[in-house]
Amino acid sequence: MPRVALIDYGLCNLDSARRAIEENGGQPYVVTSGDRLGRPDHIVLPGVGAFPDAMANLRDRGLVEPLRDEVLVAGVPLLGICLGMQLLATSGDEAGGAQGLGWIPGTVVRLQARNGERVPHMGWNEIEPVAGATLLEGIASGTDVYFVHSFHLVPDDPTHIAARTPYCGGFVSAVHDGPVFGVQFHPEKSQKTGFRVLANFLAM
Amino acid sequence: MLKTRIIPTLLYKDFGLVKGVRFDSRRAVGSPMQAIKVYEMRGVDELVFLDVAATLADRGPDFELVDDLADECFMPLTVGGGVRSLDDVQRLLAVGADKVCIGTTAVERPEVIDRAAARFGAQCVVVAIDTRTRDDGTTTAWIRSATHDSGRDPVELAREMEHRGAGELIVTSIDRDGTMTGYDLETLGRVTQAVRVPVIASGGAGSYADLLAAVTDADASAVAAASIFHFTQQTPAEAKAFLADAGIPVRR
Repeated sequence: MPRVALIDYGLCNLDSARRAIEENGGQPYVVTSGDRLGRPDHIVLPGVGAFPDAMANLRDRGLVEPLRDEVLVAGVPLLGICLGMQLLATSGDEAGGAQGLGWIPGTVVRLQARNGERVPHMGWNEIEPVAGATLLEGIASGTDVYFVHSFHLVPDDPTHIAARTPYCGGFVSAVHDGPVFGVQFHPEKSQKTGFRVLANFLAM
Repeated sequence: MLKTRIIPTLLYKDFGLVKGVRFDSRRAVGSPMQAIKVYEMRGVDELVFLDVAATLADRGPDFELVDDLADECFMPLTVGGGVRSLDDVQRLLAVGADKVCIGTTAVERPEVIDRAAARFGAQCVVVAIDTRTRDDGTTTAWIRSATHDSGRDPVELAREMEHRGAGELIVTSIDRDGTMTGYDLETLGRVTQAVRVPVIASGGAGSYADLLAAVTDADASAVAAASIFHFTQQTPAEAKAFLADAGIPVRR
């Protein structure tokens, strides 16, 4: 059973992610500081909250360096969910702006309504996975997943795009680069489709 | 395309789910855990769980109960009732609520909305606006489980809450609640026009046609209903099919 480090930076709804990992055969353990990361098989960075607070908390808890070592050096797969995906970017615009982890070069900006869309983007909407997106294997283009967010990540490198979603002119709803994965939607709340994403991730 | 959500509302009081009429005479209808498991199996879009006794009893949310319920709920869950502080919001999110619904506190201490949105993001802050229309035809927002008229215009209150950081509004007609006579489309439409955040229609749905009217006539982003799913043969799945036939995008 894969051991899954669930990163707790004091803002997020860990419980939903914890239960969904369990339901998909993972063995989650909650990590509140860098010295407790241990040697996980997988890492999940969940997220609810504001970007600057989240980064400040990751730093204060000594998590940034140990995460970098595990993911970028040792190659342990990491899945960022919602704000957790946004934190992978170089910087974020929310609430005055802040530096992110920088693992997926790009910026996090607010969704801009094009045709009277309401923001936050809240509810079920389609994902269109790119060919070869292993995280989204088995999920047909046009499948609905659950979103609840006002900001989105714009990657500098188009090869980091794993899926798009048609809202506010279209935005990137999943990213990937080696062991680094991120989804803007909530797999832990997207029922069957969400569980498929988690199962794909835990199989890596 | 973003789908119109159909949201069963679970009203909780004391030890079980209740059915209300105009926020009153609530009678017991079953266990919340059982209801959540059934809705989970049926794959509904989202659930709203409201502890309708908390504010009047002057107590906070029952965190242990929400923790147990959220553990079985792999769909989006909004929790409300008795949310009075930033700490209440944080604890509800920590035990598995995806969004927190705030009513009375939003009117009495609106700075809680600013602070919750700044800390946890607007997307998880839902403000409940419960409305009642007076004999002279004016509609105002009521608080404290429909026992106290705040005197506030629902449209003006909605704008203020959006400005303070609410990410979604749930607008409930107290007059229509539990009556299955249709939503208060007039108030609903005025609110959806005034704000750019999503608005959930609530209070009064009695048929699939009522759900459709909230979307087509009042531009609601989601439709909440309790009685029609609990007390009639109508189901969220059939409601979806009805909306889809009328050209409304729904999740399949």
